[in-house]
Amino acid sequence: MKDMLCDSVFFGVVVSILTYQFGMYIKKKWKLAIFNPLLVSIIAVMILLFVFDVDYESYNDGAKYLSYLLTPATVCLAIPLYEQLELLKNNIKAIMAGLFSGVLISLSCIFVCSLLFHLSHEEYVTLLPKSITTAIGMGVSEELGGIVTITVAVIIITGVLGNIIAENVCKLFHIEDPIAKGIAIGSASHAIGTAKAMEMGEIEGAMSSLSIAVAGLLTVVGASVFANFI
Amino acid sequence: MKFMKEFAIILSITFLGEVVKYLIPLPIPASIYGLVLMLGALKTKVIKLESVKNTGKFLIEIMPMMFIPAAVGLLEAWGILKPILIPVIISTIVSTIVVMAVTGGVTQFMIRQEKGKK
Repeated sequence: MKDMLCDSVFFGVVVSILTYQFGMYIKKKWKLAIFNPLLVSIIAVMILLFVFDVDYESYNDGAKYLSYLLTPATVCLAIPLYEQLELLKNNIKAIMAGLFSGVLISLSCIFVCSLLFHLSHEEYVTLLPKSITTAIGMGVSEELGGIVTITVAVIIITGVLGNIIAENVCKLFHIEDPIAKGIAIGSASHAIGTAKAMEMGEIEGAMSSLSIAVAGLLTVVGASVFANFI
Repeated sequence: MKFMKEFAIILSITFLGEVVKYLIPLPIPASIYGLVLMLGALKTKVIKLESVKNTGKFLIEIMPMMFIPAAVGLLEAWGILKPILIPVIISTIVSTIVVMAVTGGVTQFMIRQEKGKK
């Protein structure tokens, strides 16, 4: 049985999709933020791999085709953005102000936390790009001398966390404007958060997509300055 | 036929993103180059919205699932993550909430200010 699962080309994809559907079902039944389909699916896959003694490499041999679609899907984020272009133009000042302060706060937050926990320079620059999309974040971490594997892990944790808490954080801090919601979610939790913003609405999704690109680029510049602080 | 054509256009732009990334190797991933190319193509009507919309929306809808393999891969990173787990987790939770709240707050404040002026 184990050999069959390890050799199967479709096991990885099927188990990922089915656990996600299971997560959607649970979320519908109990409307709690913690029953986030993505989180449920990640944990369920981990458990299944452990139970059936399938190693990550064999799983990913099939599941990588899901990741493969990520680049074209990111390209498609241009579609909702194009549909909301008018809205973007009319609110460009507010949006840029939000994005600038978001990136600045993100870098400052990591700086303060690193001081509090006495992190080394290497650990500090590893965490600096945590709020931006993986592909840009990896580059930043490498450039500044961070540990790229940990950066990737932290970026994913940030994204999943953002996806889970987005709705509650917006409610708690009275962020009601759909543009503001989208900019907030995209700046804090890149593409994984954007997936949630897409579910919240078209404007939220489009603005969150925009944030992935702009906050990512601003962080490239900002992180190289902040890297000198510790 | 419709979906095949749409998928062909989307993958072609994705590939073009890779080409541009090769030509202009800034620290920007090919996907972001592709996003900008797609936006430009839609804006200049080189590509009509209708000829990518259905497949594009489908890909965006199933996007969350595409993060599952990478996140399950955290299992592999556990060894090196473990020694600095507590500071990493606390920094992550704090900064994600703060960034979301401040960014949203500033954007919303500015939008309402502008509206007030008009």
